[in-house]
Amino acid sequence: MLQIYCRIAAGLVVAFFLLISLPARAVEVTEVTSPGGIKAWLVEEASIPIVSMKVAWRGGASLDPADKAGLAYLASSTMDEGAGELDSKNFQERLSDLAIQLSFDANKDSFSGSLKTLSENTEEAFRLFGLAITGPRFDDEPVERIRGQILASLNRKLSDPNSLAGRAWFELAFGDHPYAQPSEGTIDTMAAITRDDLAAFAKTRLGKDNMQIGVVGDISAKELGVLLDKTFGALPEQAGISAIPQTEPLPEAAIRIIPQDIPQSVVIFGGQGVKRDDPDYYAAYVLNYILGGGSFQSRLTEEIREKRGLVYSVYSYLYPMKAAGLQMGGFGTSNASVKDALDLVEVELLRIREQGVTKEELAAAKTYLNGSFPLSLSSNDSIADILVAMQFSNLPIDYLNDRPALINAVSEEDIKRVAQKLLDPEKLIVVVAGKPENLEAKGVGAEKN
Amino acid sequence: MSPMRPLFVFVLIFGLIFGGNPEKLFAEENIPTLFDPKVTTLDNGLQVVVLEDHRAPVVTHMVWYRAGAADEKPLKSGIAHFLEHLMFKGTKTLQPGEFSEIVAKNGGQENAFTSQDYTAYFQNVSVDKLPLFMEMEADRMANLVLTDEVVAPELKVVLEERSQRTDNNPAALFGEQFDAAQFLAHPYGTPVIGWRHEIENLTTEDALEWYNTHYAPNNAILIVAGDVDADDVFKLAEKYYGPIAEKEIPKRERVQEPPQLAKRVLEMSDKRVRQPSWRQSYLAPSARSEDQMNVRALEVLSQILGGGVTSRLYDNLVVDKKIATSAGAYYRSGSYDKSTFVLYGSPTPDSNLDDVETAIHAIIEDIVQNGVTETEIARAKNKLLADAIYARDSIRDAANILGSSLASGESIDQVVNWPKNISKVTAEDIRNAAKSVFDERQSVVGRLLPEQVKS
Repeated sequence: MLQIYCRIAAGLVVAFFLLISLPARAVEVTEVTSPGGIKAWLVEEASIPIVSMKVAWRGGASLDPADKAGLAYLASSTMDEGAGELDSKNFQERLSDLAIQLSFDANKDSFSGSLKTLSENTEEAFRLFGLAITGPRFDDEPVERIRGQILASLNRKLSDPNSLAGRAWFELAFGDHPYAQPSEGTIDTMAAITRDDLAAFAKTRLGKDNMQIGVVGDISAKELGVLLDKTFGALPEQAGISAIPQTEPLPEAAIRIIPQDIPQSVVIFGGQGVKRDDPDYYAAYVLNYILGGGSFQSRLTEEIREKRGLVYSVYSYLYPMKAAGLQMGGFGTSNASVKDALDLVEVELLRIREQGVTKEELAAAKTYLNGSFPLSLSSNDSIADILVAMQFSNLPIDYLNDRPALINAVSEEDIKRVAQKLLDPEKLIVVVAGKPENLEAKGVGAEKN
Repeated sequence: MSPMRPLFVFVLIFGLIFGGNPEKLFAEENIPTLFDPKVTTLDNGLQVVVLEDHRAPVVTHMVWYRAGAADEKPLKSGIAHFLEHLMFKGTKTLQPGEFSEIVAKNGGQENAFTSQDYTAYFQNVSVDKLPLFMEMEADRMANLVLTDEVVAPELKVVLEERSQRTDNNPAALFGEQFDAAQFLAHPYGTPVIGWRHEIENLTTEDALEWYNTHYAPNNAILIVAGDVDADDVFKLAEKYYGPIAEKEIPKRERVQEPPQLAKRVLEMSDKRVRQPSWRQSYLAPSARSEDQMNVRALEVLSQILGGGVTSRLYDNLVVDKKIATSAGAYYRSGSYDKSTFVLYGSPTPDSNLDDVETAIHAIIEDIVQNGVTETEIARAKNKLLADAIYARDSIRDAANILGSSLASGESIDQVVNWPKNISKVTAEDIRNAAKSVFDERQSVVGRLLPEQVKS
């Protein structure tokens, strides 16, 4: 009965590394170095008695062996199920008694942890976090229980059009590269992961050298310094990981159709984008906003939703990963109008490649992207995310001050040049889950059907 | 999909563990309030609520109308939600789409949403833009202009929205059938987005009639949260919203359920379902209309039954018996009319829906007979009271909690003193609440199954 319907689909699930621009009133970020040499970025905020911490380790699911895909994900789901002297029940009970929120997550490029506590329990919260990462037990009971839950979820996703289309897109785009494999694994690979794999994961993937920490809240630099050593001091100096090979998505057009008996087809499209350190990143960022990134103020929404009513939601986003950059997009539309909507996407890609954007569009994009940034600095949690994202992308600590100038420097010529480099309908990779009418599979997509 | 999950009206749950009594995180004299709102009412009836938070130079500006899908007339299901979409289509002074264009150009983010009991509009924006957005929001409270030309494509958008949220998803379709079975007469049995055959026939005139009937300052709540001073906001509200005339608003009177005397059992099979699931819902009081302590006791109970991995259901079915991959409970007190208390579970491959149902029923029977332990109560209260502190971290969540509660008929006092009332709940309150709610005759059981599987 809890039904809430929004005018437009709520935020897309996009890697949190993307949307950084500028605050009107600067947030004061301090780099804290512990006595033992561990670094963290801190924003002190004493007005609410809580502390939030986010930690990310470079690496992530793309390092999982192909036959054990989902290893990082299973580790993220079991690392809080008992550690040190506390078994699963005792560990969770301790968190629960103190109302501490602790969780882990894995995506393609990183493994991350998240901690939130009332400030009166900060020390114990950090201790439990430290136990989880340095002494996880991975006892049989919780591991099999959580594995069972993940297998049930993977099974459910076999009839979920969004999941099917997303997985197929990455397979099509990345072939044999690790980015092709799903972060959560498959039913077969999830079943193949052993306790030894999990123990080895914890020992090798989480080091001091591939770690970034962001802390926000009611805690001083001095207090944090002490806790950093206690929490992270026992981690190995270096993680035993190597970088995955740099790659690019399939450079040719492909359409794959995954037959599903549903009234609305789910369509995902995309191709070459930019990585975060690409000199064209900001131009691509502004370009994407104008194309399909800016909820109602985007060309795709105007043409496909507002004028024609073919979709509830159509969007695009940049997905800059460590080893590849993507420009992605998607929509859902009735099976009868998939072809029309897809044609409209291609028309818009061509139009922006050939004609660029107008002065007014560019100016409006810049005012939005710079003006809306303080909104993402309005809660401790979101600031902590941003602190980690900045470090993850090798941005300087005063980046928040530089950001508006970087966006404002993007010119109409930059946009056109980058559009010609990225938005090529001749190289668009498309996956459709549904029963699209009048649409044929194409290229590598046809071979896979 | 849901931008909001008010922590105290929707307490999500999982399982339990016994140990020593956890220490109380909050001493009697340190029970927090849930926010510290400043309130006034304009002469035209607009209620104005301000939450001051000076951490960042931003503000959330929301207008909530006390009109939702459950206030619709027969044959017009979906009109509340459809009008919400159409509120962006222009006024006497703004062209279609211009509202959103101005919001974006000023670095603002906006959206709107509709539930059974309310419709709300908001902008998150740099604090210096607040007057501009107040002016625009006040404008569309009184001056909406709709033409068939802009309404027609939007109707298609809403039908696509229905496909995306509901028709493409067997669990959502089942949820819709389940609500329809739970509420035979009351409009909560009709989906917020509307039945497809009724959405298809909605017209511009229907939308305008809905707008003219329900959109007025005396049927709205203005919430401003962020880097503002309450007195300044009150003055701005008077300036921009003050001139709008009040209207006679129809009394909020909905068809009420006849007494439920028979348990209803609902089973649906769909080839897209790959994991069977079970749920049972019981009619339960809402915060507006019933004894407060009974409602707060049910909130603590739902936390004990389903609040995370240390809760009773998760601990018993998932950890101990290993017959379920998930199990929990939730209770939403913040509806205008009667609500539901829901139990749910999904079996492991080695068990079935009957095993899950039997185990959950045994736990409910135990609680009705023997109550819950002091350990469980202490743990649940710690969690709920801590949530009241955590809720302060997001001005948007805070504004949503206040707005949804007020629009559902609760008082400011009920919201602010929620933690204090939670802290007063006793074991006896919980047992009495459990006895009154867990009446099999007043429940609906739902079984969602893969095709061709007999459970």
